[in-house]
Amino acid sequence: MKPPPFAYHAPRSVEEALTLLAALDGAKVLAGGQSLVPLLNMRLAEPAALIDIGRIPGLDVLEVADGHVRIGAGVTHERLRRDDAVAAVQPLLRRALDLVAHPVIRNRGTTVGSVVHADPAAEMPAVVALLGGTLEVASVRGRRSIEAADLVRGPLESDVAPDELALELRVPVAAPGTGSAFVELSRRHGDYALAGVATEVAVDGGRIVGARATFIGVGTGTAVLDLSPAVAGRDAADLDVVDVAAAVAGFVEPQDDVHADAAYRRHLAGVLAGRAVRAAAADALARAGAGVR
Amino acid sequence: MDRTTPAPEALHDVELTVNGQVRRARVPARRLLSDLLRHDLELTGTHVGCEHGVCGACTVLLDGMPVRSCLTLAVSVSGRAVTTVEGLAAEDGTLHPVQRAFQEHHGLQCGFCTPGFIMTACAFLAEEPAPDAATIRDAMSGNLCRCTGYAGILAAVAGAAEELAGTGVDPRERHRPEGAA
Repeated sequence: MKPPPFAYHAPRSVEEALTLLAALDGAKVLAGGQSLVPLLNMRLAEPAALIDIGRIPGLDVLEVADGHVRIGAGVTHERLRRDDAVAAVQPLLRRALDLVAHPVIRNRGTTVGSVVHADPAAEMPAVVALLGGTLEVASVRGRRSIEAADLVRGPLESDVAPDELALELRVPVAAPGTGSAFVELSRRHGDYALAGVATEVAVDGGRIVGARATFIGVGTGTAVLDLSPAVAGRDAADLDVVDVAAAVAGFVEPQDDVHADAAYRRHLAGVLAGRAVRAAAADALARAGAGVR
Repeated sequence: MDRTTPAPEALHDVELTVNGQVRRARVPARRLLSDLLRHDLELTGTHVGCEHGVCGACTVLLDGMPVRSCLTLAVSVSGRAVTTVEGLAAEDGTLHPVQRAFQEHHGLQCGFCTPGFIMTACAFLAEEPAPDAATIRDAMSGNLCRCTGYAGILAAVAGAAEELAGTGVDPRERHRPEGAA
């Protein structure tokens, strides 16, 4: 298995990259390559040209500013995962990144690249859809912000146009009184999950006041499920999640495949969502107790 | 495009520091780092298994950090430093402590996956000099072995950690036997 031939460009500035993207038909952006190079090796993708953004200075920004985590297009999963300042203000990023592939893959793969790739089994598009925020993109036509809710159009299809370059993801920091969790089940550690759930829960006075979830691997894309009707008003410290599974079962649209059938995935998504909501509630209480703002 | 008469591919100059030596090659952009090492530089210690990032056999160190060489275009890492399994044993052939641990703990049978495991272990032990069993298992989980059942591999990594403890040796660097200059 070898990649098909392609023209290779390594621009040294964003402007140069945008000019190339506008001029070349069938060009793809190469960042970490941990999704794109397997597709090339298996010849599932045959781009006419690759535009390698690895030599563009300034795409490696990673900081907490103005209530957001700013994640540049060059930031690897592993660099983001290890950043303590990021984990302190938005813990769900590290919790999800712990489950993204294996450490060696995370050393090269980028978070922005994963979100733009929009794999329905990938953790980070689900996290961004849940947390909100924006993806900043540019082309020779100008710059724009894509809202998290509009980012993923379908499996492997994002709102980023072929001539656009994703520059930076901005994810809001966790609001006071909230907690989060990411729970998934995979056959082998680091593999794609059979099903997974990202949740954010809001707690006030020891009671649940809101809960939301996004899923991976169960056919819902990045749609957000409001779980508030299933848990609002309940005791966060000893949370009864009996109504969560039913809400999830009516929401997910899993399909059969060689790894698990649809009925099992539907059941699994409900069980995992119950665990995730309980963990997120406990996290909200712990953060409130620790005086985290 | 007329695919029956392909145009000759453009070639790119790639320069890497491989195991401390500057190496150059002129290759098409689609040359994978794994193939550059094996075909162009004739360093066949790096093995190619699945060629889509799953098996870990092709793992090498890029500026000291483990990466899949089969998921890396050589041209995209030109100018950087690569360490392969050939860069571990001492110049006189004395095995590196991690290599020796794999031998002593029966961490290999056919040996095909071994270079990837060893490179992953060297980077891991540089960062976690005193790992517990669960941490070792997690760190090695991205490499596949079809022979050993893994018990010997995990024991080898634990054994290497013990051997390296307190020596101040960076396991990503070429072995220097005691007494050698």
